[in-house]
Amino acid sequence: MSEISGVDIELTDVVKRYPGQKKPAVEGLSLHIPAGEIVMFVGPSGCGKTTSLKMINRLIEPTSGSIRIGGEDIGRQNDDDLRRRIGYVIQGGSLFPHMTVTQNIALVPGLLGWDRRRTAERVDELLELVGLDPARYRDRYPRELSGGQQQRVGVARGLAADPPVILMDEPFGAVDPITRQRLQDELLSIQEELRKTIVCVTHDFDEAVKLGDRILILTEGAQIAQYDKPEAILASPANRFVADFVGAGAALKQLTLSRVSEIELSRPTVAEVGAAASPVLSAAKAAGDTSVVILDGKRRPVDWMWTTDLDGLDKVPAPPDDTDLVTIDRRATLNDALDTMLMSSHGSAVVTGRRDEYLGVVDFQAVVTRIQEHHEEQATRVDTEDPTGAPA
Amino acid sequence: MTALDPGPDTQPAGGKNLADAKGAAAALATSRRRRPSWGVLLGQPLFVAVVIGAWAVWRSNAELDAIEQRQLEWGLLGRLTVQHLQLTVVATVIVLAIAVPLGIALTRPGVKRAAPVVVAVANAGQAAPVIGLVVLLAIWLGFGFWTAILALCLYAILPVLRNTIVGLQSVDPTLVEAGRGMGMSNRAVLGRIELPLAVPVIMAGIRTALVLVVGTATLATFIDAGGLGSLITTGIRLLRYPVLISGAILVAALALLIDWAGRVLEEVTRPRGLE
Repeated sequence: MSEISGVDIELTDVVKRYPGQKKPAVEGLSLHIPAGEIVMFVGPSGCGKTTSLKMINRLIEPTSGSIRIGGEDIGRQNDDDLRRRIGYVIQGGSLFPHMTVTQNIALVPGLLGWDRRRTAERVDELLELVGLDPARYRDRYPRELSGGQQQRVGVARGLAADPPVILMDEPFGAVDPITRQRLQDELLSIQEELRKTIVCVTHDFDEAVKLGDRILILTEGAQIAQYDKPEAILASPANRFVADFVGAGAALKQLTLSRVSEIELSRPTVAEVGAAASPVLSAAKAAGDTSVVILDGKRRPVDWMWTTDLDGLDKVPAPPDDTDLVTIDRRATLNDALDTMLMSSHGSAVVTGRRDEYLGVVDFQAVVTRIQEHHEEQATRVDTEDPTGAPA
Repeated sequence: MTALDPGPDTQPAGGKNLADAKGAAAALATSRRRRPSWGVLLGQPLFVAVVIGAWAVWRSNAELDAIEQRQLEWGLLGRLTVQHLQLTVVATVIVLAIAVPLGIALTRPGVKRAAPVVVAVANAGQAAPVIGLVVLLAIWLGFGFWTAILALCLYAILPVLRNTIVGLQSVDPTLVEAGRGMGMSNRAVLGRIELPLAVPVIMAGIRTALVLVVGTATLATFIDAGGLGSLITTGIRLLRYPVLISGAILVAALALLIDWAGRVLEEVTRPRGLE
C-alpha cells in the first residue's frame, strides 16, 4: 500500500432545509470520513445522499452545521477555490462535448494556473492511469469515445489537479455491466496507488460492497441507518431497514467481498508475441497445458491460443484484430470472475494486475472452492459472534 | 470496425476494452457521416451567380427607354445595393448587441422570471406588420436611415432573443453543474461551457434575423432610407416592368446570398466536437 494522499472529512450536525418543504432533506448528519478511504453513500432515492455529497463541495450550501476537510471549515473558504481542490466525477463522465479529452482534463489545472507543459504531462499521465493511450485519445472529442471511455476520462478529469478528496455521484451508473465492472476494478487499483479520500454516491448496493472501505446507509432525511465496513454490514445489519436494503442474498453477496486476488492462480505456459513457437509448444506439453497465454512486450495478455492452433507455426503470432480475450483485474470480485468465465471459451479467465500486467489464470474450480470456504467461514463466524450483532 | 480504423493499435491491450473500442468505432462512424451540407452551401451561391449573370447579360443588351436607363444605371444599382447591405448589416449588428446579452441575462437566476414578459414584447414586435411599424415610427421620429434601422431592429430582435434563451436553456444542466463543481466561476461556466454549446442555436436565430432584415429592408424606401426597394416602388409607380423585375431579382439574389453567408457562419462557428 502506498502512502495516504487523502485527508479526512468531518461532518458535524449538518442540516439542509429547502424553503417550502416541511421536512429537512438532511436532518443533522454527523459523520467522520477517514483519510484515504472510499466511503459509499447508499440509500433509497430521496434519502438525501446526493444532497449530502454536494454539501461537501458546497454545490449545495448547508442550512446549518459544519463540514471540515482536513480540519479546515469549508464554510469559510471561497467556494470556487474549494471546488478546485476537490475532484468531482459525475455519472457518464459529463464531459464537455465541445472540448477535446485534453481540454476536459486540463480544465482544473488551467483554473489553477498550471503552465502548459506541466498540464500536458499531467494529462498524458492521467490517461495512462485510466488505461487510455494518450497518443490515440488525447485529441478526441467526447462523442468519439464510447461510454466507458468517456467515464474513464471523467475519472481522469476528477483526478487532474491531484485533489486529496474526490466526490463521485453515481459514477458508473450509465455504462453496461461489463464495462462498469472494469471501471470499478480500475478505480480500485488507482485508489491502491493514490489513496485519496473518495466519497461516492450509488444506488447499487453491490457496487457499495465492492468499492467501499465503509458504507453509509441512509434513510429519509439522511438519517444514518448504519455506517460500517461492508463485511460488518453484511454479517450483522443494524436493523430491519438495513436488512431489507441489503436484501435476501446477503450470503451470496459475500461473493462480492472476495477478490480474485484471494485465490491461488494457476500459471499455464506463457509466450511472448514473436517468440519461436517450438520451445513454447514443448514447454506446454511438458506442463500438460492445452493452451498458451500470449503476452505482448509489456507482459500484457493479448491472446489465449490452443496449442493445436500454435502447432506448425514458426513464431508466436500477433493476435488477430478480432481477438475477444476478456481479462479480469485481480481486484475483481468472484462475482465478476464467474461472469467473465461464462463468456470465455476456456472456462476460465486471465487475471491481470497493475497496468494490465499478466498475473495468471483463475479457473472455475478455484472459485467454487473459495465459495465453499467462504460458507464455512461464515458458518463458524455466525456461531461465535456476539448475538447482538456488534462488529467484533 | 476493422474497416474504419485498421491501424495496428486498434486492438486495446488484452482485448480488454473491447466493448469500449467497438462503441468508439461506432461513434467515429457517425461522426464521419456529418457535414453533408457543403454541397448545399456551394450550390446556393452558384445559383445566385447564374441568376445575376443572366440578368446582367439582359441588362447589357436590352433596349431600355431613358427612364429605365437612368433607373438601371450601374452606378445607381451599386449604391442601392450598398445601402441595402448597410441597412441589413447595421440592423443585424444592433440586434445582436441587444438580443444576445438580453437573452443571456434572461437565463440567469433572478432575472429568469422576466423572460416570458420580454419574449412577449419581442413577439409583438414581430407580429406587427412591418410596413405599419415603419410608417408609424417615421411619423413619430421622422424619415431616414436610423428610423428604418429602428423598425428593422424591432422586427428582427425576436428570433435572436428567443434562440439565445432557448439555446442556453437547452444546455444540459449537469454540464453546468459539472463546471461549477470543478471550481469554475459562474462567468467562466457561461463563457466556456454554456455559450459555446448554445452557439449553433443562437447562430440559427441570427441567420433567421439576417434573412428577415434583408427582405424587410426593401420597405425602407417608403421612409426615404434607400435600398433596393426603391427600384420596386419606382417600377410600380412609373409602370416600368424592367425596373420592377430587376429590383425584385436583385433583392431576391441578395437575400439568398445573405442567407448563404448565414449558413456559412453557422458552419464555421459551430464548436468542433458537436454533432
